[in-house]
Amino acid sequence: MDDAKLDALGQTIVSALPGAATGHSVAFNQLTVDVEAAKIVEVVKYLRDDPSCRFVNITDITAVDYPDREKRFDVIYHFLSPTLNARIRLKAQADETTQVPSLIDVFPGADWFEREAYDLYGVFFVGHPDMRRILTDYGFEGHPLRKDFPLTGFVEVRYDDQEKRVGYEPVRLNQEFRKFDFLSPWEGADYPLPGDEKAGPKS
Amino acid sequence: MNEQPQNLRNFTINFGPQHPAAHGVLRLVLELDGEVVERVDPHIGLLHRGTEKLIEQKTYLQAIPYFDRLDYVAPMNQEHAFCLAAERLLGIEVPRRGQLIRVLYCEIGRILSHLLNVTTQAMDVGALTPPLWGFEEREKLMVFYERASGSRMHAAFFRVGGVHQDLPQKLIDDIEAWCDPFLKVVDDLDRLLTANRIFKQRNVDIGVVPLKEAWEWGFSGVMVRGSGAAWDLRKSQPYECYAEMDFDIPIGKNGDCYDRYLIRMEEMRQSVRIMKQCIQKLNAPDGKGPVVVADNKVAPPRRGEMKRSMEALIHHFKLYTEGVHVPPGEIYAAVEAPKGEFGVYLVSDGTNKPYKCKIRAPGFAHLQAMDHICRGHLLADVSAILGSLDIVFGEVDR
Repeated sequence: MDDAKLDALGQTIVSALPGAATGHSVAFNQLTVDVEAAKIVEVVKYLRDDPSCRFVNITDITAVDYPDREKRFDVIYHFLSPTLNARIRLKAQADETTQVPSLIDVFPGADWFEREAYDLYGVFFVGHPDMRRILTDYGFEGHPLRKDFPLTGFVEVRYDDQEKRVGYEPVRLNQEFRKFDFLSPWEGADYPLPGDEKAGPKS
Repeated sequence: MNEQPQNLRNFTINFGPQHPAAHGVLRLVLELDGEVVERVDPHIGLLHRGTEKLIEQKTYLQAIPYFDRLDYVAPMNQEHAFCLAAERLLGIEVPRRGQLIRVLYCEIGRILSHLLNVTTQAMDVGALTPPLWGFEEREKLMVFYERASGSRMHAAFFRVGGVHQDLPQKLIDDIEAWCDPFLKVVDDLDRLLTANRIFKQRNVDIGVVPLKEAWEWGFSGVMVRGSGAAWDLRKSQPYECYAEMDFDIPIGKNGDCYDRYLIRMEEMRQSVRIMKQCIQKLNAPDGKGPVVVADNKVAPPRRGEMKRSMEALIHHFKLYTEGVHVPPGEIYAAVEAPKGEFGVYLVSDGTNKPYKCKIRAPGFAHLQAMDHICRGHLLADVSAILGSLDIVFGEVDR
């Protein structure tokens, strides 16, 4: 589908769902519709059942974390319409406490995708019958894909030869995790460079 | 009969994580009533490595090898999705020879994956010969991987903007020479399995998925084609030079395990057809030329150039330290991987590292329907269904 058709489709969707779909945009030949998190089920039902849409295939649910924003998560839904041969992306804003309605009654395939978004980001879906962690370990704490979760994590697993069992310990790194700043190696950084702390503030 | 109903109870058993038919590290908690499966609860994540988190900390070039380790039976198909996503954000087009090499190796990947799946599925239902025959061909294909990239499996051969290196002519000739004898091997496998009584008893009418359910469970690839949808991203949303390739899309009628097996067999033949066309186009005069874009801000300059040109040397240094800066934006790029639709949702903030890279693995969507498909089947059917879903844990757990 070309951009003009996608734009028209976006306009149809936004005008058909006042209060639920708040805006649309087309970028890189892909349609994005902004929706209210609380009304997501209504939007998805419309997209699935309306004869001009027929987005019957759920492709993906995920989230993106922007810690500086008031509502830090974008919950992203992808759907595919084999009839139109088109994709659509829905974007809803949420924070740690927003109760996003689960899509599981409309699309049973939302099951694991929602569990994954909960596990890795801590987005809270209501109406899901089985909201357990899915990818991380049994009894894991925290939500690893959040931007404020360190890459190394907080605990590591080790087999204790004396106690003959596997146990958790706080992460101990023999060498600091090295994060290079390649963004401005020529211009000079406006903060002390790693390993250059003794040089003192720049005059 | 003097039955005591209070003594009847369902059995709950663990299937895996260490079970040869679990295709990796899957733990299924099965609730059984006699031999009938009442409930299936797959526990995944035993192979979770935090790929998406790691990619957020790495430059675009450093992210590519992680994709090999997702679905490790068809590595290059995964790299392809990531490269496509980054290329669309950058707005670059891969040179023709680069596209042809990519398609050639994607089809090799498809055969690698289908060979593994078809033959191990046969092993799950009791046949030992097919894996022995199939793995011999896989070995030859992995040698082609090695000769192109230096690595049998984890190739890291596709780059943003093309492929890493050109193929030597001898390698192209050898791949061409491999094609026709391979069709004989497929025929042999066909004769061994397709009409086999035991194989049919274990697969026909097992794990039936109607098309409507297939769509709403998020299925893709062979799983929807088995249920009768003529849906293949290579045809419906062509990427690279698939639009000019001549091939057919096999579809099933009943949506059972047997149909999915037949589709995989036919897709291998179609893949060989595409490979032959690629080779023919690679040998044609307009198939010669660069394999990666000439823009040195994206792709490194050639080694010979670096020895003489200061400019090239600076570009090389900048590319391998700082990496490519991808313009801000978000994109979902999907390819028809052997197992279904493999997608990458990439959010860039304009720096040299992806802000977010969600990997949409087909196996993840297929495995979540295990409970739905297996209910009411016998215990022995669970392994047949699992085999026909084509699960690889590298991509499910990520």
